[in-house]
Amino acid sequence: MWQTLQTALTPYIFSPITVLLCLLAAAGYVLGARRLARQGRAPSMWRTLSFFTGLLLCYVVIHTQFDYYARYMFFMHRIQHLVLHHLGAFLIALANPLPVLAAVAGGRRFPALAAAFAPLRRVLFDPVVATVLFVGLIFFWLWPSVHFDAMLSLRLYELMNWSMLIDGVIFWLVILDPRDPRQARTSRFGVRFLMLVAALFPQILLGAYITFSQPGLYDVYAICGRAWPLSPATDQALGGVLTWIPPAMMTILGALIVFRRYLRDEELQQNQGA
Amino acid sequence: MRITWLLAAAFLVALLAGCGEARVDFHGKDITGVMDDLSFTLTSEDGDTVSEEIVADKAVVLFFGYTHCPDYCPMTLTLLAQAMNTLSDSQREQVRVLFVSVDPERDTPKLLKEYTDYFGPEVIGLTGNKDQLDDVTKRYRTAYGYGDKDEQGNYEVSHGLAMYGFDKSGKVRLLMRNDQPVEQVADDLKALTDL
Repeated sequence: MWQTLQTALTPYIFSPITVLLCLLAAAGYVLGARRLARQGRAPSMWRTLSFFTGLLLCYVVIHTQFDYYARYMFFMHRIQHLVLHHLGAFLIALANPLPVLAAVAGGRRFPALAAAFAPLRRVLFDPVVATVLFVGLIFFWLWPSVHFDAMLSLRLYELMNWSMLIDGVIFWLVILDPRDPRQARTSRFGVRFLMLVAALFPQILLGAYITFSQPGLYDVYAICGRAWPLSPATDQALGGVLTWIPPAMMTILGALIVFRRYLRDEELQQNQGA
Repeated sequence: MRITWLLAAAFLVALLAGCGEARVDFHGKDITGVMDDLSFTLTSEDGDTVSEEIVADKAVVLFFGYTHCPDYCPMTLTLLAQAMNTLSDSQREQVRVLFVSVDPERDTPKLLKEYTDYFGPEVIGLTGNKDQLDDVTKRYRTAYGYGDKDEQGNYEVSHGLAMYGFDKSGKVRLLMRNDQPVEQVADDLKALTDL
């Protein structure tokens, strides 16, 4: 039992950068949360739970035996990206972790650093850029020739996974930002709703395309061998459905949360007006 | 916006910097630098433990399979044998084909020897225990797995279809697929020996 668990948790290919980044994120959150707690502004248990569940899910799919199956089965690869780009990133962003992570610095401010990153942040958090990147990265890494290279090269593979995770977190941070859009000058709720609609349909089309295409669209899994003998047609159809339906469901879930934030914001406005 | 341009410029420079190595036009896919040099510890057709030393100073084509394979392995080995036949004797002498069986339970060294001899003297059969096979398959980003046994005890084995080409210094150069025509495979083998 212990042996099985140990095998399951051992990374297929050890990646120092993955360990480092996950540890940094976890340590940053704990440290920031403690700082905030001392000021009486501790993040709620739900936020903390959401953050660590998201982080843990992402870690599991890229740095345990799961990663082996994700490298050698197309549909498992789609589950991996579903977690990195949608589920895990969604949970991390839902926790609204930026204020907690920023609290690590305590009272210190780094105006030069902030100024240097401000333009990059403005670009990446722009609703149009965030949506184009979100959909664009899915299409880019699923472009058959790009996908082929990414599955062969260790460096490209790692770049693929980390770009999906980071891009996912940015997109969902824009969507799920709990602050008042007027005060924080974040995207308005209507804009966020449109972002989700714009991201939804290309994903449905791509998923349907993969599902109903002739098998052999991603022949790198035949060239490199599958983790177990599964027919290429089944593997591709499963992968297509996983690109199609669960991401669409996550989009709907995102829209529901945006709608809830909008209603609460309206209520607050009315209360202030009264 | 300026930062975006800077990032794009840095990316381009990095791309160009990666193009320093000598290039050959293979029909197959050039994978120079994408994977590690040839290295393995496996069991030979004589039952001895051997390493990449047995093919030192030879251009090598590495292929994973199993002798009970109904289609891809005999097809691929036939393709390689046909391509080898178009080479001159001196060229053929510079090439070795390594057929690594990922089914050690059924593929004994003796069976491997009988099987590979059928495809020519340059084809060398190898196999190994699970750790050894895991090691070499991981190195070349390939996987293998076993299907369920039927009543006669037969089972399917999944394995990669790629042929990996290494130059004489053991550097990985080429990824060939078994749908390449014989002439193209022969061209690529010649190109490997010329490197």
